[in-house]
Amino acid sequence: MRRDPVETTSATTGFNPAALMSRIDFQVRLPSGAAPASGFGSALTTLRGVGSVHYNGSSGILSLDYEAEATDLAQILAAIEAEGGRLVCSDYRIGVKGIHCASCVSRIEGALKAIPGVLEAVVNPATEEAAMTFVQGTASPASLEQAIEASGYGVEPPEGLRDAKPEAEKDRAYRRLMRRFIFALVVSIPVVLASYPEIFPFFSGVDAGTMRILWLGIGALTLVVLLWSGGDFVLGAWNALGHRTANMDTLIASGTLTAWIFSMLVTLFPSLLPQKAAQPFFDVVSVVIALVVLGQALELRAKGRTGEAIKKLMGMQARTARVLRDGREEELAVEEVLVGDVVIVRPGEKIPVDGLIVEGSSTIDESMITGESLPVQKARGDEVIGATINATGAFRFRATKVGKDTALAQIVKLVESAQNSKAPIARMADLVSGYFVPLVMILAIIAFMLWFNFGPAPRVSFALVSAVTVLIIACPCALGLATPMSLMVGIGKGAERGVLIRSGEALQNAGGIGIVAFDKTGTITKGKPELTDIVTAGGFERTEILALVASLEDASEHPLARAIVDAALRENIALRASEAFEAVPGYGARARVSGRGVTIGNAAFMAASATELGPLEKTAERLSGEGKTAMFISIDGRAAGLVAVADTVKDDSRTAIERLHRMGIRTVMITGDNRRTAEAIARAVGIDEVLAEVRPEGKSKEIAELKAEGRRVAMVGDGINDAPALAEADIGIAIGTGTDVAIEASDITLIRGSLEDVVTAIDVSRTTLRNIKQNLFGAFFYNALGVPIAMGILYPFSGTLLSPLIAGAAMAFSSVTVVANANRLRYYRPRAYEGGAAGHGRKE
Amino acid sequence: MSLDLILVNAVGLALIALIAWFFWGKPRTGMKAAAASGEIQEISIAVKGGYTPDVIVAKLGRPIRLRFTRRESSACSEKVVFPDLGLAADLPEGVEVVIDAKPDKAGVYDFRCGMGMLRGKLIVE
Repeated sequence: MRRDPVETTSATTGFNPAALMSRIDFQVRLPSGAAPASGFGSALTTLRGVGSVHYNGSSGILSLDYEAEATDLAQILAAIEAEGGRLVCSDYRIGVKGIHCASCVSRIEGALKAIPGVLEAVVNPATEEAAMTFVQGTASPASLEQAIEASGYGVEPPEGLRDAKPEAEKDRAYRRLMRRFIFALVVSIPVVLASYPEIFPFFSGVDAGTMRILWLGIGALTLVVLLWSGGDFVLGAWNALGHRTANMDTLIASGTLTAWIFSMLVTLFPSLLPQKAAQPFFDVVSVVIALVVLGQALELRAKGRTGEAIKKLMGMQARTARVLRDGREEELAVEEVLVGDVVIVRPGEKIPVDGLIVEGSSTIDESMITGESLPVQKARGDEVIGATINATGAFRFRATKVGKDTALAQIVKLVESAQNSKAPIARMADLVSGYFVPLVMILAIIAFMLWFNFGPAPRVSFALVSAVTVLIIACPCALGLATPMSLMVGIGKGAERGVLIRSGEALQNAGGIGIVAFDKTGTITKGKPELTDIVTAGGFERTEILALVASLEDASEHPLARAIVDAALRENIALRASEAFEAVPGYGARARVSGRGVTIGNAAFMAASATELGPLEKTAERLSGEGKTAMFISIDGRAAGLVAVADTVKDDSRTAIERLHRMGIRTVMITGDNRRTAEAIARAVGIDEVLAEVRPEGKSKEIAELKAEGRRVAMVGDGINDAPALAEADIGIAIGTGTDVAIEASDITLIRGSLEDVVTAIDVSRTTLRNIKQNLFGAFFYNALGVPIAMGILYPFSGTLLSPLIAGAAMAFSSVTVVANANRLRYYRPRAYEGGAAGHGRKE
Repeated sequence: MSLDLILVNAVGLALIALIAWFFWGKPRTGMKAAAASGEIQEISIAVKGGYTPDVIVAKLGRPIRLRFTRRESSACSEKVVFPDLGLAADLPEGVEVVIDAKPDKAGVYDFRCGMGMLRGKLIVE
């Protein structure tokens, strides 16, 4: 913001031109409907000491020169508000060091509020933060910080910017787990060697006394493994007990602790049990802990990759911004840009935040946010979006949305929130998880009792091994992870392609879609009329007709006129000046171009000027049968031909609908247009069924009727006009909403305008849903099979009991498998993009 | 039936009963806390084998700031998720992690660990 002294030549009453003037720029919003430019600001000039006042309506900037000595800024602000202008304010948050009492709070707040333009200042001693609101153009972050420091306190970045790096945190956790794993592994080697004398006969010659000492040593070592490598399990189990809950820690800790205590008992008091039963099994302790810790480490690594999509989205943001502050250009981290800052963008740079151009112009590639594939021309007063790329020109813009308010941040927030949501399919797993662990513990006790009552000798060994195996093999994690992991990857995958699925529930519903209903205009078609046919008559030439008509239409405001002008420009036909332009609403228009009388309009208009149409009338009839609007042209009173204009079909609508059919989905078009036009479009794209002449409020009724057929119905349309129909459908898919993604109340939002993305949305949902089902089935199946086997159900047939070591391995890798299976979705590529050049999605 | 059988079966059945009572028989209220009033309703929650407090009562309309601190290294509690609010955060051990929520409706919003083992409730009224 500028506040530099300027010289001025203009003088009004009560104003001293020789005094040092300050210039100040405010951003002011006027109530809609107020006439800006004209009257606004007049009350300001009557204030003592105020010089020139200039309000720019398009940028909303109010510039004003004033004499700092004579006028109070507060008075100026009050005068602006009195005229109905709303001052645009910035919020600023900063950490404050050294707050220790209530008086500190009021002292800092007082110092901040004393700065002109600061409307509010609140200091929170708990968070050690000051939050303030100031009018743009008055105070600056630097002056606010100075005020805090001047009152004797230190400043630091606010909390949000101090966050620990999650990456580094994950790495640290991984290394920690690996250290614990390696220790357990190293200990496991001698323990296993000693535990299986029949396989490793190294200790076979050792006498019983030495062996006992050896076992005691091993017992001590495995205790270290249990308490250090497995410390998380033991402590976690203990903490959970305090809350009267049980989790995976409880199972692993109770399993390994039982094994260790039993082994220690038989080592210390070998006479307690018959000799055959008095075998320690310390190997279970160290090997199981080693395996489970390794499993956790691998899982951590695999999980790190599930959040990739969000990282990619966030990576689109610029890191720094060049901001004009106090008249100087400063390079700031993008988080530090405030609403109201003027940001400088050079050619080829990324635009850091959202805002309005105040100076300069450029073309901007907005494809990453709006899906618009062609670069967009922007000039003063136009909106720019953060994370888009400036192509050619240099410009300055005023930041209007920063931080979590930018379009990109909204998209990220939407995706994150969807990734964290529930899918109804997980309800079962959810229900089970509360009972799972205690139930497994009960089953372990039952297994012990069964073996002790009915098992072969040595009963204690069998009973104990089976109980420990049950505790170790059961894996609640696999169940708990099954749905969230797949959702995370699947929703992220959609987001990478501009398909924003709002929740797990939306994803599940979209996966089961049987009918897709489309709105016509703007969904299947481009929503913008285009010139489709030029028919010549009376010996006139095509380009001549187009040149004359386009020159005439250039002066017209009729919506169809634009289509004709655009067509001429596309063919590089130069427009000529027209004179005596006259439009007759409902009929047509006429003007003189290059000295010739050019008329365009409907048959009635032609009849009025007694123009003979001849065979053109037949052609016009045929064209309107194709859903086009035909307009006759006469030149100097003679019929010269006709032009037809129509809302044309998007390039990829046809292929997208074909793909939906191949996926077994029925397609329906719902439109307010007349049947003839609607059917012409439906034929062109191959849609199954047409519901034409439906009034806007009737669309949701049609959707309800489609739903009554019993299949799930999706409605694709724009999020504003079709909102009721989108809401009525099982799945509302809003298309081409550009930056308004967060506002739309649809289940799925397609950033790009292409119908291919409808295919992607349904396909990614189906694929993800399938993945979730695999995971859930796998996890249920694993536990339902593993626990009975561990209890010894196979013993009557095989004569052996499942080794706890194998149970440990199975448990460790079951949750890794779930995460890995979810990760398979990362390689998902929508069918729509397979083979062929149709793909505009990123390829991996 | 020999003595050891009787003993084992009696202890076994007693243990089963104890487990069922201990985990399923507990009163479902947990520890309740009202978020401190003020512009932002704030509350600190310790994460250690569960959430303390695990029932949080807040007023509708004002933002709610939940400060989670995980005081254990067990992997079970490494993440906290509010599925109904679409919020989640990783909880590094010993680091306070702030979750800001502003539900638009009164109601009970569950929160849990990544796998649904540890649970808590945010009651907005």
